[in-house]
Amino acid sequence: MAKKKTLQKALLSGNEALAHGAYEAGLGVACAYPGTPSTEILETLAGFKEIDVQWSVNEKVAYEVALGAAVAGVRSLFACKHVGLNVAMDPLMTSSYTGVNAGFVIVVADDPGMHSSQNEQDTRWVAIYSKMPLLEPSSPAEAREYIQEAFRISERFDTPVMVRMTTRVSHTKEDVALGERQVPPRPAFERNAAKYVMVPGHAYQRHIFVEKRLDKLKALAERTKFNRIEPGDGKIGFITSSVTYQYLKDVYPDASYLKLGMSYPFCDDKITAFAKTVRKLFVVEELDPFLEEHIKTLGVKCTAKDPSFRVGELTPESMPEIVAGRAKREKKVVKRPPRLCAGCPHWASFAALKKIDAFVAGDIGCYTLASLPPTAALHSCLCMGAGVTWHEGWRKGAPNKKIVGVVGDSTFVHSGVTGLINAAYNKAKGVILILDNSTTAMTGGQQHPGTGLTIRNEPTKQLILEDLCRACGADNVDVVDPMDVKAFAAILEKRINEDALSVIVSRHPCRLLKRQV
Amino acid sequence: MKDTVYSITFGGIGGQGVLKASEICGWAALYAGYHIKKSEVHGMAQRGGSVESHLRFGKRVYSPLIVAGGADFLVCFHHDEQPRLKAFLKKGGTDMTDFLDKVQELIDDPRSLNTALVGVLSPKLPISETCWMKAIETVFKPAIVAENKKVFLTGREIGRP
Repeated sequence: MAKKKTLQKALLSGNEALAHGAYEAGLGVACAYPGTPSTEILETLAGFKEIDVQWSVNEKVAYEVALGAAVAGVRSLFACKHVGLNVAMDPLMTSSYTGVNAGFVIVVADDPGMHSSQNEQDTRWVAIYSKMPLLEPSSPAEAREYIQEAFRISERFDTPVMVRMTTRVSHTKEDVALGERQVPPRPAFERNAAKYVMVPGHAYQRHIFVEKRLDKLKALAERTKFNRIEPGDGKIGFITSSVTYQYLKDVYPDASYLKLGMSYPFCDDKITAFAKTVRKLFVVEELDPFLEEHIKTLGVKCTAKDPSFRVGELTPESMPEIVAGRAKREKKVVKRPPRLCAGCPHWASFAALKKIDAFVAGDIGCYTLASLPPTAALHSCLCMGAGVTWHEGWRKGAPNKKIVGVVGDSTFVHSGVTGLINAAYNKAKGVILILDNSTTAMTGGQQHPGTGLTIRNEPTKQLILEDLCRACGADNVDVVDPMDVKAFAAILEKRINEDALSVIVSRHPCRLLKRQV
Repeated sequence: MKDTVYSITFGGIGGQGVLKASEICGWAALYAGYHIKKSEVHGMAQRGGSVESHLRFGKRVYSPLIVAGGADFLVCFHHDEQPRLKAFLKKGGTDMTDFLDKVQELIDDPRSLNTALVGVLSPKLPISETCWMKAIETVFKPAIVAENKKVFLTGREIGRP
């Protein structure tokens, strides 16, 4: 008798397990911009020499490069955090129409509880909006399995597929059995204007295709084993998805479950049939009432969480509270807040900003921590690049105030540069500080064009920020080390009093960089 | 294998090696053949803030998070964090923070506090010494494996009943 091959097991995070699953599925190209909690997906993939992996400049670029590779015939993946998906929405919406050729999967990691994010948007709605199928693994082992299914669905139905993780799934570790890599045969790359040139006439036909595809995907949702009924004692039943399933199983081991692994399109027949087998039905999900609202439209009688639970991450403790129909009790937990590291160059930059008592338009990065006391010298954090554009907007709205914009080096390349071009073109004045610590620090120190190294630390063309700023049209570009306190204060004082558009590159490497070498 | 699920809450502040400690335990449990769920949070939390990791292992584990009053052990590396984290400990559970000062006296390098305290915890768990050693070999870079094994075994001696 042939001996069954024992698979190697490893303790992997959801992100690592997903990366391994994608590798096994024959993934060829992967693109992303770093963002907690999704960063480790690309970092893990970079360890596989067979895969072409890149840190892209931003999520829109990443999405397009990865999708292009799939259209040209190789299985590809785009990974991002929830807010990163917003940046990629433009190509995403129309890619639903073009479809794919080889499989293309969007991995998006939501952050319920905002462990490291500026909002807790529920990206499952994007599946409805874009008419794409949505898979929701509830554990690392499932992440490995689901990503492989996602590639199959993508090719079979000619659609991008969303795999939605959450911080808890991405950063939970589990023992995961690993398999061998199998590369499927490559589909041919052919010119096909009707499919890839989305002008109105073609797009109209593709929209018809998309609606038909949605019907076929609905039929798949009804029969897939990823939407699984687990019969229990019939007293209470749960319809649930993602990690919430795991919490419920611990608290209510005897209940019946409809565990949704493919949560969109909705499996209406399965939901209705399941509802009939239980005396009391609960719909339990994290964040928005995505399942709840749809299930209620089916006329199925069910109880869902009190709306107060739409805010924040659910925990196993929330389960009995939700079942009892209670509102969320806000617990005051005293935790040590994060702060800038000792010796971080940002301390020096913000000490200078505090001294001139400026209104500081901030951005996304470690330096956002400078908004906290005692520094409290950063006054906004909206989205990537808004440090540059809010600076311009604030100056328009409050011309008599002292206003400075700050943005990190990686963030500037991501989406600050367009704001700077806009400011120059529209004759805006003011001071933009690029806090250049020569890394993407907040997410753990990833490379970007300004560092001159790739995701695999190979040397590449280096983007020179000061040259770029001059080319954008900045009147003055200074490069100063913020640790040189006097020189830095002097240049800041000089530029803030000029009627010009100035960029000060505040350059000093991240303290954590040296340790990594 | 019994159905018992072991739940351990690890805590401390960024830079203390909290995640490394739970990683050693996780791999040791993996080598011992258990199903494991271990939760941690990366990103902003690591900038000197509170760090927490939950480890659960047994025949079958569902939730990666431990409920209040659900931990068999609390392994805390900082006295400031203990008051908050002790809510996780179940009645009759073991608070390893009691060993913190003793372990600190015994080690030369404060960076090995995490490995030492895991060593103290180790005899209380149904995992063999071989599995622990394999876990240390997996988790640490080759250059510091020997040192960590030594520190671990020093802790393990203290932890023996």
